[in-house]
Amino acid sequence: MRVHETEREAKLTYESSTSVLSWTLESGVIELALHRAPCNELGSLSLEELEKFATALQLMQGEAHALIIYSKMKPGFCAGADLRELYQRSQAMQKLEAAKGVRDFLERIHRVLNLIDAAPLTTIAAVHGVTFGGGFELALTCDLIIADKMARFCFPELRLGLIPGFGGIPRLKRDLGNAVIRDLLLTGRSFNATRAQQIGLVSQVVGEGEALRAARATAAQLAKFDRSTAVAAKKFIKPIPHDELRREIDLFCELFARPAVEEGLRKFAESTDAQPYLP
Amino acid sequence: MQTAEETLDEILKLAAAHFKVPLEKLHPDNDFFKTLGIDSLQTLDLLTKLENHFRVEIPDYELQGVSDFRTLAGKIQARL
Repeated sequence: MRVHETEREAKLTYESSTSVLSWTLESGVIELALHRAPCNELGSLSLEELEKFATALQLMQGEAHALIIYSKMKPGFCAGADLRELYQRSQAMQKLEAAKGVRDFLERIHRVLNLIDAAPLTTIAAVHGVTFGGGFELALTCDLIIADKMARFCFPELRLGLIPGFGGIPRLKRDLGNAVIRDLLLTGRSFNATRAQQIGLVSQVVGEGEALRAARATAAQLAKFDRSTAVAAKKFIKPIPHDELRREIDLFCELFARPAVEEGLRKFAESTDAQPYLP
Repeated sequence: MQTAEETLDEILKLAAAHFKVPLEKLHPDNDFFKTLGIDSLQTLDLLTKLENHFRVEIPDYELQGVSDFRTLAGKIQARL
């Protein structure tokens, strides 16, 4: 019996590591670590690896009760879409081809984020530093956000003439009041973890460097609960806003086709600042 | 309520400690991007540090164009 248990434990340990992310499954907790320099910008390589993770997640989720997503990069959780790659790729293509490429990218990342959002596990984003744009949207797919007190959230897309494209608005609408969303979206301002907790976005604010530890402690607590009840509760209270997500993709693509966006992306891509988040 | 000079002193001390720069190298009218050697992302870090310390919230667009400690202190003082 002991041998059998040992074999079973061994079978339940999975891991994978690439240049942009890595994940492990141990003791019922899947940990997805993001580690692409400088701040986990989400481009085509990250998307490919996230798709592989999403496939693995479907295989692992029967053997896990929690998923933690965190960043190993010092500047923060994730700075969002790789805008330099987006600009360079769209410049190398005809307008119609570029528009198709953007829509394809969005469809693919929505599939991944919807899978994480609906995963029959309790999902926790452990965030620190920059949690902007697509990074913020990734955190919003999680059931809980645990934030280091130095975390900073922002939807800067309007500054580029766009709206968030990875499901941000529908997921914010699911979680928060409309006035807060208008403030975030229409001003494009960033706000800190304390404010994020006040508006109900963040469940715990912890000291610097403590978010992952707090997320692990929370995941350990969750192991004590009946899984099927937790899964049923999540399904009941956290529906995926599919219709609005579709409309968001359409609106993003419509806006992306305008010259103002190309100009905004050009400015960003040509900026000499290493991380020009504030235009 | 604390005075503008006290706010300025606290900002200089916080910036020196956070970015590990000797306090005596920081002066109120210094360009903090140059003196601290920080980029826009690290400036956000400084903003978060200051917001947490003074328990205020400063929209980052209010800080566009602000590059010296004295003006920064004025922005914070206005929200205390």
